[in-house]
Amino acid sequence: MSDQTGIDRITQAFAHAQTTQSAALMPYFTLGYPSPAESVAIIEKFAPHCDLIELGVPFSDPIADGPTIQRSTQKSLDAGTTVKKCLAMVSELRTRGVDTPAMLMGYYNPIMAYGIDNYVRDAKAAGADGLIVPDLPPEESAELEAAADKHGIAYIFFLAPTSNEARIDAVAERAKGFIYMVSVAGVTGARTQIRTGLDEFVRDVRAKAAVPVAVGFGISSPDQARTVGDYADGVIVGSALVNAYDAGGADSAGEFVAALRAGLTN
Amino acid sequence: MLPFEVISAEVPDTRGKFGPYGGQFVPETLMPALAELIDAYNDAIDDPAFIAEFKHLLNTYVGRPSPITYAKRLTEHLGGAQIYFKREDLNHTGAHKINNALGQALLAMRMGKTRIVAETGAGQHGVGTATACALLGLECIVYMGEVDIARQLPNVRRMRLLGTTVEPVSSGSRTLKDAINEAIRDWVTNVDDTHYLLGSVLGPHPYPMIVRDFQSVIGQEARQQMLSQVGRLPDAIVACVGGGSNAMGIFHAFRDDAGVDFIGVEAGGHGVESGEHAARFADLNISRLGVLHGTKSYVMQSEDGQIMETHSISAGLDYPSVGPEHAYFRDQERAGYTSATDAEAMEAFQITCKLEGIIPALESSHAVAEVLKLAPKMSKDQIILVNMSGRGDKDLGQVIEVLGME
Repeated sequence: MSDQTGIDRITQAFAHAQTTQSAALMPYFTLGYPSPAESVAIIEKFAPHCDLIELGVPFSDPIADGPTIQRSTQKSLDAGTTVKKCLAMVSELRTRGVDTPAMLMGYYNPIMAYGIDNYVRDAKAAGADGLIVPDLPPEESAELEAAADKHGIAYIFFLAPTSNEARIDAVAERAKGFIYMVSVAGVTGARTQIRTGLDEFVRDVRAKAAVPVAVGFGISSPDQARTVGDYADGVIVGSALVNAYDAGGADSAGEFVAALRAGLTN
Repeated sequence: MLPFEVISAEVPDTRGKFGPYGGQFVPETLMPALAELIDAYNDAIDDPAFIAEFKHLLNTYVGRPSPITYAKRLTEHLGGAQIYFKREDLNHTGAHKINNALGQALLAMRMGKTRIVAETGAGQHGVGTATACALLGLECIVYMGEVDIARQLPNVRRMRLLGTTVEPVSSGSRTLKDAINEAIRDWVTNVDDTHYLLGSVLGPHPYPMIVRDFQSVIGQEARQQMLSQVGRLPDAIVACVGGGSNAMGIFHAFRDDAGVDFIGVEAGGHGVESGEHAARFADLNISRLGVLHGTKSYVMQSEDGQIMETHSISAGLDYPSVGPEHAYFRDQERAGYTSATDAEAMEAFQITCKLEGIIPALESSHAVAEVLKLAPKMSKDQIILVNMSGRGDKDLGQVIEVLGME
């Protein structure tokens, strides 16, 4: 693993998924939810059914997240989760043989508090492959991006339905690993409908970008995953997975991810 | 004639930076909305008709200019510097917040936005926004923490009477910080037709600049009034600092007057040593450079970077970060920052009531608390100008409980 950069591993995961699926599957789960030990076991359970994985580092004030993920991150913090413990959980997953490329999703303030270079270095050492920071637009990301380049980890850019042509072009130019496309203007959370026009928007971005485009926010069922997977390179599912865990524990979480995967398989 | 113009300053730069502070730390979805707001604002302030309409409302609706009042008995009681109050408490709706609310509501209409969301702590910004929206025919939703709803109930009732929907916020510390989280979540979801009417010199660029500029009417008036009525500028200006809009509003017009000292007063809560306060500049072990609500500034946080819950008797000062331009002023040594405890603010509240016949807001009482310490150390020919940023009617329930009256 050490001779490959995070970008290489992400690129390979998308390419590999293409051989048997319409799109790569990237579930999200909150590290430390409902407790550090349990979250590692839950992630281990569903990891075999996914191509990449997004792991949430909790923050007290998650402005881009809806009620489900807010609740899970607050419970994680209440259980004593810290940034350091999150990195230890990633290490533990790698030790247990979970080799799925992993993105760390966390807000900027805890990263600043940890120290930007230290965070990227320790994230890479723990086995993370990419960094997702929802409150860090391209205008402010130069320092973290440079640290990510230095340590061989992918800094992931977002695009949103509100992004104009100039912003799409700039992100398409700078993006590494993949582009995280937000499906709707809003916060994270399971939704019953996929926005009309999303397919055109995704196709437009894919035409411009050299990296895969993964769509997240609001995708909550295998049917929706299949619909989005028909035009996107990757599908990200977060709140619906946390809901599945809440409803039936780790087994339900595993079954839900397996069903999403089945929906994407050719 | 009411003085108001947009005063240019060396900060922020085009990226919204005040030295190392400020910036735009928001999700991608909001970045185009911020760019639209910057364009609309620059266009508006170049339009004489926009400035004229803003001034007309400040004059005929808010009741500006607000006077300066010589606090004769307080000055004699303290035996030092002469004390003047800038009377923002006399504005329609009872605080300085209406200035910015009207300016931004006019701007929202210019952008074609029909729906306004806002946060409020003490409720003064919420009432100001609700009032501006009623006046201009805009839909208004105000997010307010449950703790603040309980301690500022009169303002909740006012907002509802004005036709605003008050959305209680039950997450986190259930105060101003959490109300801002919810307002941002609403904005990101409804960004097409909604303007976020942020109430302090906080948040992503251009908010710290826009709010400063609209509030700068306070200092522009005060500067002219001091010169024409007193014959000279003050030696010091004292104002309370939560996010810091009333302080920046009175400071801005004096920023190039080197002989005028600026003193910002933060909420000392139960005392800085207790850890239960909102004095961001007083305890740099727990208050460090960070990012909250879209801007880089000092943020009270745990070692792990989680935002801390703050404490103040005053809902309007109970916030873990501070406007980026205040952090810049502090670095530049243009302003000094100190704090007043809950108890000191209560004492200042009572003295202002009894000696001056003015019931001040608990927020503004923090500024007076500093004057009680500062004035006796100054000579009788020196002058302190205090921003009496709001009136205390909203605080009566809380004050009566603390004093055990009834």
